Amino acid sequence: MVERPGWASGDIDLERPSVARIYDYFLGGAHNFAADRAVANRTLEAMPELRGVVLTNRALLRRMVRHLLDLGVRQFLDLGSGIPTAGNVHEIAHRVDPAAKVVYVDVDAVAVAHGRSLLLEEPNAVALRADVRETKTVLESAEVRSVLDFDQPVAMLMIALLHFVPDSDEPCRIISEYLDPLVPGSYLGISHSGFEEGEEGEGAAEARRTYSSQVAQMTHRTTGEITSLFGDLEVLDPGVVRMPYWHPESPDDVDEASARFPGFAALARKR
Amino acid sequence: MTERVDQRVPSSRSELDPALVAGAEAFARTWATAVIGSSYVPMTRAEVAEHLQSLTEVLVSALFANPFRTAPGYEIGSRLVEAHFTGTDTLGRTVQLLGDDLLTELGIGVDNRMSSRLAALQGALAAGYARALRERTLAEQEAIRAAVLDARDQAEAALRASEARFRAMFTEAAIGIGIADIEGRILDVNQALQDMLGFSVEEMRQYNIRDLMHPEDSGNVWRLYDQLIAGDCDHYRAEKRFHRADGEQVWTHLTLSLVRDDHGEPQYQVAMIEDVTDRHLLQNRLRYQALHDPLTGLPNRALFLERLGRVFAAAAGVPGRRAGLCYLDLDGFKVINDSLGHDIGDQLLVEVGRRLDHSVSGDGKLVARMGGDEFVILVEGSESTQDIVNVADRVLHELEAPIKIGGHELTVSASIGIVERPLEGTTAADLMRDADITLYWAKADGKSRWALYNPERNAREVARFTLSATMPAALERDEFYVDYQPLVRLADSRITGVEALVRWQHPEFGRLAPDRFIELAEETGLIVPLGRWVLRKACQEGRRWLEEFGDSAPFVSVNLAVRQSRDPELVRDVKRILDECGLPPHHLQLELTESAIMGTADEPLEALRALSDMGVRIAIDDFGTGYSNLAYLKHLPVHELKIAGSFMEGLRAADEEDAVDAQIVSTLVQLAHALGLGVTAEGVETPSQAKRLHRIGCDTGQGWFFARPGRPEDVDHLLRGGL
Ligand SMILES: C[S@@+](CC[C@H](N)C(=O)[O-])C[C@H]1O[C@@H](n2cnc3c(N)ncnc32)[C@H](O)[C@@H]1O
Repeated sequence: MVERPGWASGDIDLERPSVARIYDYFLGGAHNFAADRAVANRTLEAMPELRGVVLTNRALLRRMVRHLLDLGVRQFLDLGSGIPTAGNVHEIAHRVDPAAKVVYVDVDAVAVAHGRSLLLEEPNAVALRADVRETKTVLESAEVRSVLDFDQPVAMLMIALLHFVPDSDEPCRIISEYLDPLVPGSYLGISHSGFEEGEEGEGAAEARRTYSSQVAQMTHRTTGEITSLFGDLEVLDPGVVRMPYWHPESPDDVDEASARFPGFAALARKR
Repeated sequence: MTERVDQRVPSSRSELDPALVAGAEAFARTWATAVIGSSYVPMTRAEVAEHLQSLTEVLVSALFANPFRTAPGYEIGSRLVEAHFTGTDTLGRTVQLLGDDLLTELGIGVDNRMSSRLAALQGALAAGYARALRERTLAEQEAIRAAVLDARDQAEAALRASEARFRAMFTEAAIGIGIADIEGRILDVNQALQDMLGFSVEEMRQYNIRDLMHPEDSGNVWRLYDQLIAGDCDHYRAEKRFHRADGEQVWTHLTLSLVRDDHGEPQYQVAMIEDVTDRHLLQNRLRYQALHDPLTGLPNRALFLERLGRVFAAAAGVPGRRAGLCYLDLDGFKVINDSLGHDIGDQLLVEVGRRLDHSVSGDGKLVARMGGDEFVILVEGSESTQDIVNVADRVLHELEAPIKIGGHELTVSASIGIVERPLEGTTAADLMRDADITLYWAKADGKSRWALYNPERNAREVARFTLSATMPAALERDEFYVDYQPLVRLADSRITGVEALVRWQHPEFGRLAPDRFIELAEETGLIVPLGRWVLRKACQEGRRWLEEFGDSAPFVSVNLAVRQSRDPELVRDVKRILDECGLPPHHLQLELTESAIMGTADEPLEALRALSDMGVRIAIDDFGTGYSNLAYLKHLPVHELKIAGSFMEGLRAADEEDAVDAQIVSTLVQLAHALGLGVTAEGVETPSQAKRLHRIGCDTGQGWFFARPGRPEDVDHLLRGGL
């Protein structure tokens, strides 16, 4: 008769690896199942440096949130937030300002269920189950409407998210639909897995193939492609750069390998 | 979230020797380098180093503490886990580093006591770490499993809610909904559908969709059904009737949709059925009303025309099909209506309608009321005109019996126009028009009868109609002209006068004699201007002859139609025309028929008298054909009698003289002379006729024997002595 959304099927299959849980495993968490770990280990075999890459990404998230807090932002819309684990956005933010607001959005039902149970006592942070590609659903959700104040700047985070959004889903359109209701002075932070043209090594390609076929389709993008995701936003210093180069906290965080790091990041402001 | 990391390990720094502190700092740096990168710790590199340094200081304090306790080692192990140093390599590297480097970095000599203390602390750290990691892992596993259950609950709740909504939609829907499998077995029907068809779910489940076939279903319904079941189409709409449990019928709008399984194979069919019976019945009633006469209940004009159209459509390409129409109109209905009132009139129409319907029952016959007192009977598939004549006879007979309404006993009659013919080569409009014309004939022929359509009569009437319609324009366009026929004095064969005879040079029909159009002109009234025009023409010509021939110029004799003779302007017109043309009145003779003169009231006589007084000659045309009161003649202002040509027959040949005709003519002549009137014989065609008329004493002759009517120049020629 009428079509029902697929996620309402009640079909949560622990045999099927999940992006969020694999990521948690790489970070050293135990919020994962055998199927997740099996795929994770297989990709790690092809690309042993992957664990470091993931850790670097998570560290970038922390740096970016702190940076945004320094810039005075107190509202965060964390799109593709993953399983709550060490160093969540609201923990970082609340250490600076307990009144800071955070909305976590993820399509992974288990990740969101876990997030909700952790946030029960937390008035200033909520988790929303939604597909970020459905911008209207997200923006008009009770969670977003009740927690975020659209008259104030909002930092929108898309950390390690957009490589799961292929060009056919029009990431640029998605981004601009999110930015639309935000006041000037709002921010968009992106980290994105990727290489410059021809840079991807054999191991990385193998890991990507494994991941794409068994977990989720991955789209690597180049600096140029990532820059164009920002549209007419003002990309702040240092621009779209390899993740380790984005406001490193210590010279030791940067080494020779950083120049070939398979992922980029940038922060931009809405004019 | 639960991951609150307490980075502030209680510091015992103050108790430590500064050298040891420096050693601890160096060790912490090495330690940090060794463990960073094995798992994610939400701290900067500096924060990690600081954190590990404080842990190192705790360890150093424990090394030197008295009494010696291993508990701090245990605690350090669990604090590492707490800070998320959970990577698989963390513990191994830590334990190894402690053994290899710590004492050296601290600058402590390796003695047994220290070694064993260190070993004990290493063991405690490993145990604390392992225990904490195990607990953390179990907690996280439990948390994620709980989250899975939560997520499942939520999804199921959402599913249940959505199913409840769908169920509510299904049960509460005002529209009938039914679900069947692909074999057509009915699985479920909602309340609305049960109510609509009067069957319970259980009863419906006994049925197959095909049991719901209705004899009136269009072939489409079931052809589309087969396509749907085969998966060739996904849904269709149709109008469909169902039998209710109580035997009544339900008219519905049906939408049938196919539900496919995950592989795209047809699985279920869902029917949405809207009861449109009321709408249907209303539409039927409206249609009935639109197509029937509310008074008599008979089909009305619209339905009749629709049916007639269908008769023609059905006959297209079928040679030999015939049909007939009786177009019927009550005689004198208006009088009844006006004198007895509309109410009686209406009741009369109802009764007439009933009788018509009664006498014309049967297949292929339709009685309709066209409006007013007009009815029409359509007979499809007639074999000959006689079939329709029989119908008309029956109808006339049926109407003979008096009709009793409200104490009145009314006798009605009807006139009927009949058309019956093969349908090929004619149209519905032709048929209607011809029936209408024929009805008019029946009326004109005396009413209470039928008339048959007759193409010749129609052609004549059409021509007449065309003539009368074009006559006014013809007068303006000068299509008329006047010929003249001499009137010859029998005594000396001199031309004393000429009769003006109007002709019409019709662009289509050619030269027309007066008998073709004068009567029409009389009917339409155009005779007055036409007559005036002829009079003026003749007077102009008369004046010309007067000028050219002086004393021997002929007078002009002009016919005056009945209508003209009654025209109050007559005298003034004549006088003005005479004046305008300068023609002396005695050069003009006006010819009137007997009936025009005799049967008239006083006024026209006054006019004639005035004309006569003026000096204008008055002649009676065609004398002897009508009924004339001879005694009356002497009181009339008349100068001349023109004896009708018909009497000349008997005077034709010398040997076969008709004594009666001759007697009549001679009597007329004597009578005329006795009254002091002149006599002109018309239609003189032979010399013997002329001779005999002369002998009888007739004064003047007119006819082919003397001259045919001709152009004025022909008259000129005769006057110059050409006779
Ligand atoms: C690699 S994790 C990143 C988590 C976190 N942002 C971080 O960087 O630490 C990517 C997350 O994005 C989520 N994700 C992927 N596609 C998504 C989508 N279309 N809508 C919402 N979440 C999505 C996955 O479920 C996963 O939890």
